[in-house]
Amino acid sequence: MTEVVIVGAGPAGIAAAELLLAKGLKPTLIDEGARPGGQGYRRPADDLALDMNRLMGSEAKKYASLHRRFDALVAHIDYRPGTLVWAIDGNTLHLLREGRAETIAFDKLLIASGAMDRVAPLPGWALPGVFTLGGAQVALKDQGCLIGNRVAFLGSSPLLSLAAKQYRDMGAEIAVLADTTPLMAKAAALPALLAAPRTLFRGLWYMGALLRAGTRLLHGVAPIAIEGTNRVEALVLRDSQGCERRFACDAIALGYGLKPETQLADLAGAQFAYDADFRLFLPVIDGMGRARPGLYLAGDGARIGGADAAEASGLLAAHAILADLGQMQDVASTRNLARRVQRLRQFQRGLASAFAWPKAQIASLPDTVTLCRCENVSVGEVRAAMARELGPTEVNRVKAMTRCGMGRCQGRVCGPALQEIVAAGAGNDGAAAGRLRGQAPVKPIALAAAGDPA
Amino acid sequence: MSRASTDVAIVGGGLIGAWTAFFLARRGQKVTLIEKGVVGAQSSGVNFGNLRLQGRFPGQYPLSLRSQELWEDFEALIGEDCEFEQTGHLYLAYDEDERTKLESYAQVSESYGLSIERVGLTDLRRRWPWLGERAIAATYSARDATANPRLATPAVARAAARQGADIRENTRVTAVENAGSGFILTLADGDLLSCGALVNCAGAWALEIAERFGETAPLFPAGPPQFVTEPFPYRIGPSVQAIDGSVIFRQIPRGNIILAGYPRTAADPQANRAPVPPVKTLAAMKALARVAPMLAQCHVIRVWSGIEAYLPDMIPVIGPSETTPGLFHAFGFCGHGFQIGPGVGLCLSEMIVDGATQTPLGPFSIGRFRSGPTVSDKFRKEFD
Repeated sequence: MTEVVIVGAGPAGIAAAELLLAKGLKPTLIDEGARPGGQGYRRPADDLALDMNRLMGSEAKKYASLHRRFDALVAHIDYRPGTLVWAIDGNTLHLLREGRAETIAFDKLLIASGAMDRVAPLPGWALPGVFTLGGAQVALKDQGCLIGNRVAFLGSSPLLSLAAKQYRDMGAEIAVLADTTPLMAKAAALPALLAAPRTLFRGLWYMGALLRAGTRLLHGVAPIAIEGTNRVEALVLRDSQGCERRFACDAIALGYGLKPETQLADLAGAQFAYDADFRLFLPVIDGMGRARPGLYLAGDGARIGGADAAEASGLLAAHAILADLGQMQDVASTRNLARRVQRLRQFQRGLASAFAWPKAQIASLPDTVTLCRCENVSVGEVRAAMARELGPTEVNRVKAMTRCGMGRCQGRVCGPALQEIVAAGAGNDGAAAGRLRGQAPVKPIALAAAGDPA
Repeated sequence: MSRASTDVAIVGGGLIGAWTAFFLARRGQKVTLIEKGVVGAQSSGVNFGNLRLQGRFPGQYPLSLRSQELWEDFEALIGEDCEFEQTGHLYLAYDEDERTKLESYAQVSESYGLSIERVGLTDLRRRWPWLGERAIAATYSARDATANPRLATPAVARAAARQGADIRENTRVTAVENAGSGFILTLADGDLLSCGALVNCAGAWALEIAERFGETAPLFPAGPPQFVTEPFPYRIGPSVQAIDGSVIFRQIPRGNIILAGYPRTAADPQANRAPVPPVKTLAAMKALARVAPMLAQCHVIRVWSGIEAYLPDMIPVIGPSETTPGLFHAFGFCGHGFQIGPGVGLCLSEMIVDGATQTPLGPFSIGRFRSGPTVSDKFRKEFD
């Protein structure tokens, strides 16, 4: 029987597994998480009394439905939670499960690896108490914890208001919700956002709820610094009127939108191309999610599109797999799915301009700011290396000269900011700055994983 | 299109090319170094960084020792730090056969004036308590050292530029012609460069030039599987090598462990790729945990390899062409070029400027392959 392996048990992976099972295949569903749902529809630990209805708000029904469908599916597929794919070699996935290395062969591979936050550094961002917005939500959904009692939300993302509302509902005080995008920029992006009016409405509704609750909401701010001696004590920024303001807080969530987690696609041999709207290198896929023969990408790991687009693109990739295995697919339904994915991703493209990645802010960061936390490399060290004779103008070479991006996270955190610093330093656009090449292991693995040394 | 002339053109901006350019420029020669990418980006930049003296090919000791003096003097010569550390090198034996081999290596090293310490079981445990139970003996060479390959070649190239060498990165050579007593190079942008002497140190890409002048070598590309771990407290001073080659590792002062091991892995100079098969990473992880059990929970964070040029007798080609006066070769360093790089550059500069070098380089002549290649034991050990 054909071995179809799906990596990632979020909406894309679950939807794909459902369709493949219905068409007579028994897919393997590998997930790094201990429980299904991915990041957005994360299922809390079984013994955690968390009111997911309240937490998921307008998405509660979709959340419940996805998990119901997964529960009906799980007995019929090979589901492997808590399993990291750390390397890919030809048609073999190298896995790490319960601390031990193992392998699985595949004929068709669908990677639905999801997304992570794109981090824009600022002075003080490495202080304890600073989280990514995604991290703040994981603490809440996975553990029922808050990152602080008085939390500031800073960044440029529609998810800021969602997370702030979740935090307020769970009892946190919101020090400020500070958006670096001016209101005017959002208005200008309205036509693109109307591609998905329901999502647009939901964003506005969260914002309204926060305003009604008296949360301080600022637009068009310029972040100055995160202050604190041993941990976060305050967020300092310049408001749209030009006044410097200081907001006392004990935690900060930074949200500048998401970026696809593409390391696995890279190791599996996908090609990449620069996307000027997102200012990111994205894997090249066709309308169905094919990246190369036998390799399919879906969900936010392929293109940021949100949960609905993820689910539809997972289905679409499953159709592509079935078609490539010689099963006739219904043309009308795949065409409709493709349109839906296209429309939802177009909406995200609109969001990317409404909630812009702050490239100018990053390019003008002071030299003293830490760029790479793993290797403790400052913005100034990168600039100095580039300014030397025979200095680098491309990110991989900058990494070789400075160690920026060479540490535990392998540039997953500092990569996008490094790309902007390098582009600015070389007077190039982001495309010429290049992208950090992926290498195994995708996440750090202990020597003991290889087995007993005897 | 422009036409320029230089005394010496060097093709290949690796460690060898950069040091050759440095010494030639210092002797007042007009030098142009041509590199298809950026300097020190291939095996010169991604190798393990070992400046190992013990256990080398016997005929290489005069060159090797001369080279080590240059490494020891790096900062004064080059004006930059390349993280040179005189760490010493520890060779481990796990059985009696390996102990015998260590002893024969040690005697060769000593015959060239190197000082080698024999370390027995008790001293092994006392001096390097993190070693596992299985090693039975070791030799320790205190003069052996390490340096950071990512930093070394660009630093030498900058020093060469300060001496007046013209370093041309991102420049390909598309044609080479004999012209009178010299050569004319055509570059990818159409520029012509005439030169009196030509140095071919193009690594895994070196045969293109050699074969253009009617000589060749059984060169093939490969690379060592390598990895680096997360940092942890600095405990492991020397560079450590199991004599069976399963692991060679060192800890840098900032705490990371860097590892290389055999068997080596395939590399593709055309696609410019040298992927590390995960099974080789796993084998090396296991081997490292065997040598240093305290590292069992240490995490590997990144693997890499590089595109090195190998020859079946596991020694490089260094010296004048046997077909073409004015042409000099230095390639095929078989994974041990980093240590001898500076010395090779110095010898090449002497051959070009003085017509000869005092360092014996006979074994490295390109002519040795005319009678068919010999295959060394080392070759059988290091490849699968």
